[in-house]
Amino acid sequence: MALDTVEIAAKTPDHEQPFAALGLKPDEYQRIREILGRRPSSSELAMYSVMWSEHCSYKSSKVHLKQFGEKAPHSDALLVGIGENAGVVDVGQGYAVTFKIESHNHPSFVEPYQGAATGVGGIVRDILTMGARPIAVMDPLRFGPADAPDTRRVLPGIVAGIGGYGNCLGLPNIGGEIVFDETYAGNPLVNALCVGVMRHDQIKLAKASGAGNLVVLFGAQTGGDGIGGVSVLASETFGSSGPAKRPSVQVGDPFTEKVLIECSLEIFAEDLVIGIQDLGGAGLSCATSELASGGSGGMRVELDAVPLRDPSLSPEEILMSESQERMCAIVEPSKIARFLEICKKWDVTVSVIGEVTDGDRLIITWHGETIVDVPPRTVAHEGPVYNRPLAKPEYVDRVNSQILDLPMPEDAQGVKAAVLKLISSPNMADKSWVTSQYDKYVQGNTIQSQPEDSGMVRIDETTHLGVAISTDANAPWSYLNPYEGAKLALAEAARNIATAGATPLAVTNCLNFGSPEDPGVMWQFAETVRGLADGCLEMGLPVTGGNVSFYNQTGAVAILPTPVIGVLGVIQDVRARTPMSFTEAGLDLYLIGETRNDLAGSEWAYMHNQRGGQSPVADLQREMRLIELLLEGQSIFVAAHDLSQGGLAVSLAEMVLHHNVGATISISDPIGIALLSETPGRVVVAISPNDAESLTLMASKHEIPLSRLGVTGGTALQINHVSIALDELRTAYTQTIPKLFG
Amino acid sequence: MKVGIVTFPGSLDDKDAARAVRAGGSEAVALWHDDSDLHGVDAVILPGGFSYGDYLRCGAISRFAPVMGSIIEKANDGMPVLGICNGFQILCESHLLPGALTQNQGLHFLCTPQKIKIENTSTPWTHDFAQGDEIVIPLKNGEGSFQCDDETLAALESEGRIIARYVGVNPNGSRNMIAGISNARGNVVGLMPHPEHAIDPLTGPSAEGLPFFTSILHSMVGK
Amino acid sequence: MAKIVVEVMLKPEILDPQGKAVAAALPRLGFTFATSVRQGKRFEIEVDGDPTPAQLAEVARAAETLLANPVIETFVVKVEK
Repeated sequence: MALDTVEIAAKTPDHEQPFAALGLKPDEYQRIREILGRRPSSSELAMYSVMWSEHCSYKSSKVHLKQFGEKAPHSDALLVGIGENAGVVDVGQGYAVTFKIESHNHPSFVEPYQGAATGVGGIVRDILTMGARPIAVMDPLRFGPADAPDTRRVLPGIVAGIGGYGNCLGLPNIGGEIVFDETYAGNPLVNALCVGVMRHDQIKLAKASGAGNLVVLFGAQTGGDGIGGVSVLASETFGSSGPAKRPSVQVGDPFTEKVLIECSLEIFAEDLVIGIQDLGGAGLSCATSELASGGSGGMRVELDAVPLRDPSLSPEEILMSESQERMCAIVEPSKIARFLEICKKWDVTVSVIGEVTDGDRLIITWHGETIVDVPPRTVAHEGPVYNRPLAKPEYVDRVNSQILDLPMPEDAQGVKAAVLKLISSPNMADKSWVTSQYDKYVQGNTIQSQPEDSGMVRIDETTHLGVAISTDANAPWSYLNPYEGAKLALAEAARNIATAGATPLAVTNCLNFGSPEDPGVMWQFAETVRGLADGCLEMGLPVTGGNVSFYNQTGAVAILPTPVIGVLGVIQDVRARTPMSFTEAGLDLYLIGETRNDLAGSEWAYMHNQRGGQSPVADLQREMRLIELLLEGQSIFVAAHDLSQGGLAVSLAEMVLHHNVGATISISDPIGIALLSETPGRVVVAISPNDAESLTLMASKHEIPLSRLGVTGGTALQINHVSIALDELRTAYTQTIPKLFG
Repeated sequence: MKVGIVTFPGSLDDKDAARAVRAGGSEAVALWHDDSDLHGVDAVILPGGFSYGDYLRCGAISRFAPVMGSIIEKANDGMPVLGICNGFQILCESHLLPGALTQNQGLHFLCTPQKIKIENTSTPWTHDFAQGDEIVIPLKNGEGSFQCDDETLAALESEGRIIARYVGVNPNGSRNMIAGISNARGNVVGLMPHPEHAIDPLTGPSAEGLPFFTSILHSMVGK
Repeated sequence: MAKIVVEVMLKPEILDPQGKAVAAALPRLGFTFATSVRQGKRFEIEVDGDPTPAQLAEVARAAETLLANPVIETFVVKVEK
């Protein structure tokens, strides 16, 4: 069959097209026909089908996500908000920092190593495309039960993929999480975050403007990566030429991306681009339509000019290819020679594939024939918008009214057993087996990395300016109350920034949910976004961008709602930061914040198979006062550690094991609640006894309850009359993960 | 005192090595893999990273870079050369050092603060250490297992050319716990762990790596 | 079209952790035939026409210089149809 051109399409309106196989609904297909005034060519159909997919168009989430804009708090620090590849904040001294988190869940289930690797590659390119040098990565990961065969199948590959790609790029991995929960069986969550830095005047945006300016594709050659579904078109128009298999998995090459980063940064430094976009999901279709749509509106592209790794690709396949490590830049003719020179220096494949035009059409030709002629806005920004039905699921009221019946430790033996049981559980246990596969030193600016509460990197070696980032989620709370759960995760991430001494500035988010076609899931999503938007407004932290991952479910069973919230903050002097633990004996330990009975959704409840109850209610005013206290207390804190999953028991154990210095603690009854409750808004701090009065005054000034826990020192964690030798604690903490995966 | 640091496509710790050189009191000069001119440097560092993506074998392609021709020539003349991690791999591939670095016995990339013992303080890179000094510096690689035949091992041992050994558990399966070696003349040193990441306790496990970079200055004084 | 194939293996005395890992994984999947597994590399080189002895000699030199590291690897050069 011959090439399906625009001309042919105009003349053959009744030609049947496989729009359903490409994921388009009949009314969406109809709308495309109305937009174009004819049937789409097969290339145009491919473009619309991918760009209007949930993944690219956010059609189910848009109506809810706009709250981030509508409820955006005023922020002097925000330089680039939602809508661009990543958000950008001003951190002072002329520096701008860009950060974002994204998901690569399904590909990582299919091919763990490459799925995770290309997830890292993709988010790094998003940061690079803003004009920034990527400086760090973080990866919150969630798996099914630790001892499940499928977890053994995916976890090592995912960790190896993140390390393999990130290490080769020279990006320190400064944080993340590993969480095990039955809910993720069959649906592992691989969320990847990247942060980058640049000067204010180096910010780049994705717009193509100025008729006559050149459209330049550079980076890797284009092959058949990731086009699995689109081959239905290829077989239609091309019969059986070329390699039989069109892979649906993308394969990454970190060396190519490393070289691409260095090449791009040199190009940026010489101010050679007007606009730039990276090629991620939907490849060239996305890059060209978004650049055109973001700019003056017109673009012309000759697909023949795309450098191919596989010469048998059809034009539809070239447009849909998700080959990695490619970028698309808009370059003035006067600057192209220098652009090409820099690419040559780095041995980066480059080709001029088109130009910006007057007018408002995106026109793509192949062998001289026009195969795409569309208004780019309709592809990139005016996709379908669904207002999916939502309905509060019946489980909510039922589980909220469940009364927990948990065994509580009372005597010494019980306390010791509870602490050891918690600290040795897969969720709480030492994750060094994972984190030692990541380089945390490269670039020489890592101040803090896992297992600290937040990752911190220095961005100026002279002034010691730095940024800190934390990612947090609490699916058990979101399950019980998605609205509160979102606020609580936001508060935790912000608190984790403040314990180290950094001031929270901005938010990114990765919203992992089940199917949007399930009204119950949609309700969870809507409540989550509402909670996050309300919380961000109250805390004065704008959402700068993020990612939605739907369809995380097996059959009809969705994962627990898992909104991962990332908060970025700034610290004026990284040398003044507060680490999570202490190295000396004789310091006073205090608990900042009040403990109530908050066992619902706790790690202790999870370990006893009880997931019901009521989540805590977020008190963001109190959380903000706590943050103020934490920042003010930097001058006297020797150490500060947030309390979260596992409560006080786990936080204390983590602190004493970090530098092998014990502690002697006194806690009043009920000891079980004191140790195991997960009331939010609490931090353990270590101070010199001389500073006790200062701390008391600070706490009172910020109206946060304060209680003295005890002292540091010794070779055990002593809680009332219970003594747990550090050696025994360490064995319990460090054995679990290597035994499972080593 | 000028120390050249080579950047190959994929080098990662080049800027970190430059920082360490400056912290050690010398001037850091950036050298490009494609440029055979060494720009009058007094010593050269081949930094860590994944040059050429570790394609084929780590360092297998970098060793043929134009800059390496000049470095080999100067090294044979006595110029001090330090290869860190990927740099060590390149030195072995180019036969400036014997043996080879193979995949970690544990099969995983391993990043960890590692204790090593300095056993030869007569090289220009270890001059500022005391014999037997134990230091903790980051080890971070996937192919750090030093292998060589028995004859080479015997020579390295008897000639005191093992400049550093791992202390404690063997992290990667290296023969005789070898973390670093020198050539016969003592001017070319290969080291698997990363001293450039241990020059400031703020960003590394210690500042115990700094003497590698002060040594080169102090050992050359008077030359 | 014939091609020249170079097969590179680690020398027998060099530890092959990859091969060991594969050997350990096979029985877990129910395959019990192997007493040992070693993993190597295979290069397929295409030339114009049929490979000549001179070309094979050149390939051997290329193998010794680049494709293999003679310190730890051995290689075999052959022609496959």
